[in-house]
Amino acid sequence: MAEFNTSILDKGNVSVINLKGYLDAHTAPTLENNFTQLIGNNRFNIVVNFNELAYISSAGLGVFMAYIEKIRENSGDIKLSNMSEKVYNIFDLLGFPLLYEIYKTEDEAVNKFTR
Amino acid sequence: MKPKEKNNKKLKVKSRTDNLSVIRDFISSNALEAGLSEKTVDNIMLAVDEACTNIIKHAYRSFPEGEIEIKIEFDNKKFTIIIVDYGQTFDPTIVPKPDLKKYYHEHKVGGLGMYLMRTLMDDVEYKTVAGKYNQVLLSKNISSS
Repeated sequence: MAEFNTSILDKGNVSVINLKGYLDAHTAPTLENNFTQLIGNNRFNIVVNFNELAYISSAGLGVFMAYIEKIRENSGDIKLSNMSEKVYNIFDLLGFPLLYEIYKTEDEAVNKFTR
Repeated sequence: MKPKEKNNKKLKVKSRTDNLSVIRDFISSNALEAGLSEKTVDNIMLAVDEACTNIIKHAYRSFPEGEIEIKIEFDNKKFTIIIVDYGQTFDPTIVPKPDLKKYYHEHKVGGLGMYLMRTLMDDVEYKTVAGKYNQVLLSKNISSS
């Protein structure tokens, strides 16, 4: 079975979700739970670090779409970082870079919130 | 690989999302064996994942005991995947075009998988034999490079 797990680390007023493994229709609920939990705790400044993500399908992309409006309505954002070329290409193919800020490093993404 | 030799491989799994990784492994090992580049293998694997995710969610409406049969055929010109299910008939012409603005307000994506399949593969064909089975055929031409 494909392995997927996440960890959440708070950096000041920003929460960082680290993704690891394979994000598909089977594993997407894990990430959905992370967003639900953060929103429930009024943590709306979110960075998702893709450094250890090996794979994403449209079911995984759908998770980002499910929460973005609610988060922005609360003056927050989901910013993305550390994407491999392979994963970025899928985002790019679907036009997601128009909707999400994508940074090379986690620090860059976190610092965008604290300015 | 000897020219003109046709290779055949089959996999049968239940319509459960935890089988998506089994399906991806089956596709990638055979596509690598066929001599496809890593990038092409990744693209085919994603297209097949999307097709099977659609079958699980739409044809079988997440019923976990449906059958999904996957057949791979390849020679030195073409790599073809034929996926058969026995669930609800699926009409690919009613799948909406990807629309990010709509997704943003509806909080969900619909049609992304189909768009990816058509973008990543050279050919995508749906066929239904009413009351019997649905079939999707995905193929990728193998270039000489």
